[in-house]
Amino acid sequence: MSDEPQLPRAAGVFVSFVALLRTNGFAVAPEQTTTFLAAIELLGPRSLEAIRQAGLATLAPPPERRATYDRLFDIHFLGSEAVDRAGAEDEEVVRLQEEGRGEDETLFADEAHESGLAAARAEALVERRFVPGATGDVLRKLSREAPARLPRRRGHRRRRARRGPWADLRRTLRESVRNDGEVLRLGRLKRRTRPRKILLLIDVSGSMKGRTDDNMKLAHALSHAAPNVEVFTFGTRLTRVTRALRLKRREQALFAAAHLVSDWDGGTRIGDALQAFLAVPRFGSYARGAAVVIVSDGLERGDPSALRDAVAKLSRRAWRLSWLTPLASGPTFQPQTEALIAIRRFVDDLVDGGSTAAIVSHVLSLGQRKAA
Amino acid sequence: MTVRGNIVGIDSPEALERALRTAYYLADDGLATAAYLALALGKPLLLEGAPGVGKTEAAKAIAAVLGRRLIRLQCYEGIDAAAALYEWNYPRQMLAIRQAGEETIDIYGETFLIERPMLASLRAPDSTVLLIDEIDRADQEFEAFLLEFLSDFQISIPERGTVRAAERPVVVLTSNRTRDLHEALRRRCVYHWIDYPTAEREARIVMMRASSVAEATARAVVAAVGKLRREPLSKAPGIAEAVDWAEAATLLHARGVRWPDAFKRSIGVALKDEEDLTFISGRLDALIAEAAA
Repeated sequence: MSDEPQLPRAAGVFVSFVALLRTNGFAVAPEQTTTFLAAIELLGPRSLEAIRQAGLATLAPPPERRATYDRLFDIHFLGSEAVDRAGAEDEEVVRLQEEGRGEDETLFADEAHESGLAAARAEALVERRFVPGATGDVLRKLSREAPARLPRRRGHRRRRARRGPWADLRRTLRESVRNDGEVLRLGRLKRRTRPRKILLLIDVSGSMKGRTDDNMKLAHALSHAAPNVEVFTFGTRLTRVTRALRLKRREQALFAAAHLVSDWDGGTRIGDALQAFLAVPRFGSYARGAAVVIVSDGLERGDPSALRDAVAKLSRRAWRLSWLTPLASGPTFQPQTEALIAIRRFVDDLVDGGSTAAIVSHVLSLGQRKAA
Repeated sequence: MTVRGNIVGIDSPEALERALRTAYYLADDGLATAAYLALALGKPLLLEGAPGVGKTEAAKAIAAVLGRRLIRLQCYEGIDAAAALYEWNYPRQMLAIRQAGEETIDIYGETFLIERPMLASLRAPDSTVLLIDEIDRADQEFEAFLLEFLSDFQISIPERGTVRAAERPVVVLTSNRTRDLHEALRRRCVYHWIDYPTAEREARIVMMRASSVAEATARAVVAAVGKLRREPLSKAPGIAEAVDWAEAATLLHARGVRWPDAFKRSIGVALKDEEDLTFISGRLDALIAEAAA
């Protein structure tokens, strides 16, 4: 006989639900399980719906995984296997992908290929392998110089300064206490500066194939060199890869990103991808006040007016919008394609993106540039 | 876990839902359950959702139901402890030091302490609801600092010692999800994702909030707003915009403007972005006609 408190048998089914959530990639802390049980006790034996709500409130599945939560709940408490799956969406719609969406694979490992992923396969689903390249020196330069050279903005907090617009009353008081209330020197404060957000949008379509490896490595290096970097890839869809790139080891990070992006080397619908980016308030707000860098050749298959509108909108939100294209490698570059001509007046820089060195040197020069 | 004394008379999510209705807030089952659990378990309530779905309104309604004062801490990038907790009244302290002469004074006494929202709610947990609004705007250091506050409900002031709440205060946090919140923060809270209400519920909200609006108008506005939310707009109309639109159209109609026109001419209270207006202008007639049908 042990003196350890035993879990009431009735609680077993709830605890095993938490276990099921965990095996499907939901992060549930032990204290959340306790709260979940307390919530069920509090609500009393009412209905399954009440238990579902209690789980939602206390186990806090992220909203984008709500559908998976509901499915797991049904499977666990109702024993239902007949589960609806979202069918393939309209091919014309640029889909958004966010990291952490791959969770369905655990649930329906066998069927995944037959349902939702069919559309992705049609888009030339290529699993990408990144090969080590010779861009190491340039990326090391980026890591070394980024903290000092990336753009900064004035923050809200203040710091001590020899001269500044505000009196530092806290420090002045402390010093005056030592001098019997005599103020000998008035401390000053000025605004701190903070690193500006950087939003990197990388074209991974077929026409950029030769650059994609290096661009992704650069994105990884930049993500680690600066604190506020958001990275998206786009081709026929838009994918947020920021979290994957946060992994410290480059091979791991690129491997994770390679699994997320499903439209490597496919077609390009830049306008639609950017529209999709702006239509999600959470994503659109990343651009506000940020240094936005788009690495793309601008070879748009779709209607250039969608691209023009999206770029115009981005440029109004961004602090500075740079478009880096491999086509602009020569000094006498003039935009030729309809799309590039259409967006030209909205971008602040239309410069060379044909080599890692060129992109790094542009990114490092952003700090010296003023908002347009 | 024991049921807290701060929800006397509200013994179920349904009771809370009814009480919220008296405060002119229509909550769905999910929100009522989450809010009830947060109150009963003494945990903070974290509400996430798109702008304009009524997160802040929910906090106000909860405060009204509990009969408490709402203390609002609006977050912004760079918010720090001095803006959230307390600050010393330095000019007054300096004056006091000079006036004291030979006497000893306590310059860290109560009279020199300026209470900020979080300290105020700790010192009066029975009579306030603390709303920490738009936590996603604050930076991560502030979020980390909040974690400590939300787990122990105490604040230490180096010069005076630790202030601990006798009773756990009611805390509501809101986030527009412009960035991912720290997992640890979500864990500490009872969580609810507020979605846009169903058309039926939203029509009821419009009628409740704007009593002059007829039911048919409310339904038409809600249908139109629902369609607008499916368009790729930079700022989708929220519930408040739906209420305003219904009121504005009703007002124009009362001044003699005919129906579809009254909707169309008052679109500016629903869409407040010039680009969005241009984007939708070509289809607006059809959209309103369809919604009013």
